[in-house]
Amino acid sequence: MHGTDGEIARRYKEHTGRKYTYILSGIVLLLVMTIISISVGPVDIPPLEVIQTLTGHSVSVRWDNIIWNIRLPQVLTAIVAGAGLSIAGVVMQSILRNPLGSPFTLGISNAAAFGAAFSVMVLGTGATHSQVGDAVTISNPYTTTAVAFVFALLVTVIILAFSRIRRNTPEVMILVGVAMGSLFTAGTMFLQYFADDVQLASMVFWTFGDASRASWEELALITAIVVASIIYFTLNRWKYNAIDAGDETAKGLGVNVEQVRLRGMMCASLVTAIIVSFLGVIGFVGLICPHMARRMIGDDHRFLITGSLIIGALLLLCADTAARVMMEPYQLPVAVLTSFLGAPTFIYLILGGRRI
Amino acid sequence: MILEVEGVEFQYKSKEVLKDIKFELKRNEILSILGPNGVGKTTLLKCMNAILKPKKGAVLIENEDVLKLEQIEIARRMGYVPQRCEPARLTAFDAILLGRMPHMKWNISTKDVMLVESTIKKLHLEDMALRYIDELSGGELQKVGIARAIAQNPKLLLLDEPTSSLDLKNQLEILDTIRDVVSKENVSAIMTMHDLNLAFRYSDKFLFLKNGTIFAAGSISDITPQIIHEVYGVPVTIQNYMDVSVVIPV
Repeated sequence: MHGTDGEIARRYKEHTGRKYTYILSGIVLLLVMTIISISVGPVDIPPLEVIQTLTGHSVSVRWDNIIWNIRLPQVLTAIVAGAGLSIAGVVMQSILRNPLGSPFTLGISNAAAFGAAFSVMVLGTGATHSQVGDAVTISNPYTTTAVAFVFALLVTVIILAFSRIRRNTPEVMILVGVAMGSLFTAGTMFLQYFADDVQLASMVFWTFGDASRASWEELALITAIVVASIIYFTLNRWKYNAIDAGDETAKGLGVNVEQVRLRGMMCASLVTAIIVSFLGVIGFVGLICPHMARRMIGDDHRFLITGSLIIGALLLLCADTAARVMMEPYQLPVAVLTSFLGAPTFIYLILGGRRI
Repeated sequence: MILEVEGVEFQYKSKEVLKDIKFELKRNEILSILGPNGVGKTTLLKCMNAILKPKKGAVLIENEDVLKLEQIEIARRMGYVPQRCEPARLTAFDAILLGRMPHMKWNISTKDVMLVESTIKKLHLEDMALRYIDELSGGELQKVGIARAIAQNPKLLLLDEPTSSLDLKNQLEILDTIRDVVSKENVSAIMTMHDLNLAFRYSDKFLFLKNGTIFAAGSISDITPQIIHEVYGVPVTIQNYMDVSVVIPV
């Protein structure tokens, strides 16, 4: 019936070939969406002229200005942040052996939000008024970002420290993460209660994740960290597959499970911390996109890591574009939209039949 | 001698679980570890490939000290099949391919793929090769786990209750597969077992654990009803039916 040699191997290669096709079409879709996203906004630029400008054939100074200084950094930020949050989520789900693993379940963004609030209130880095678009800007954004980053890392350190003291199990990590999340939410509420209205406005404003916040320099920094983590996660893809098969199976296959878990957590938290500190809280991407990718190409991390980063990038880019054009001339922060999209998508995934 | 275990001791925190464990295993032999629940059968099995580190003693695989080998080196010599394999959205082929992990560098080679194919044929898993393992039954999943361990190309298979939670047909199929592989592939196997009759039928050697140490060991001719009575606290008789020893509680 399956007599000939290589028959199963051939069918297997066909099977994996389909996954390459998915990934390739994802990349094409992402490129198309990038062009569309750059071309729409308060001023519409024809897609062809976008391509001309991007390939170095300047069409007009005005287009150059809009594309290079405003649209392109925002589009790239959305792509990089979406990809980063999504791979952080996919790896956390694997090493914590929990479908709810994501940067948000573990309290990292709550801690960053607390850090920002703390900075605004206690260090006085809050808030002056600006004219159009955004209601409030933060007068000393770098301090706010730095403090948010420190708190995001602090949570990571606490989670890892606890799992050192107790045993290094997924349950301990998740429970400590949930506890930290609610602790920092309480902390933020405490600060907000005593804040004056300007401080309060800038605290709340900070938590609206927004891809238009990053400058080229900040984008470069985020990109460096995201790319490094993509490389690191890809190098470990077989180990994540082994851990999916169970801790004991993985150990039997020669994987140092505790070490992979610890380092994966560190790397995923770092990615999250850097994105959240620069852009604010962007909900649901790290949870939803990995599950969408799992439905499309399965749990094999050889394809899943690439698949989720493409879906993450695509989703955040689409959301950001929609947020930009929905209420012209006002730009909504993208986080508002991802949270709106996130909840129904998640419920759809649950009802959609496949176990999550 | 493929495996020599010399005076292994193991503690969980301060509680002594295993002490003074000594035995040997030859090529192409199947050893069953028997004994009541909680006596340390699984612990002993995990000490063999250093998933758990013994406090004292040595485990030698082909004269090499397991405790001095890297985890990946151990994985090249021993395949471990836990009681339960976790299902995921992977095909059976992918799952078995994982067994090549200890041998691969950066990625799988054509040789790995061909080796997985021949393992699949050996275990007659052709029909489920490209099915997702989260859609397989318990027995099928167990076979995938064993196939993965065989794809590791080990000298020794370690199986933790390979037949628990399986129906009669699957129990026999799994154990036939193990015996088949052991006799043809130049490997040995150690398995923990609850079912004495299946153990008697499929293994060459037996190790009865009681109170964390070896109470009795040997081949089928060394096992008496007294030993089983002492170990399990149940009086039994051993009958011979068509060359198969059968334990009957009395």
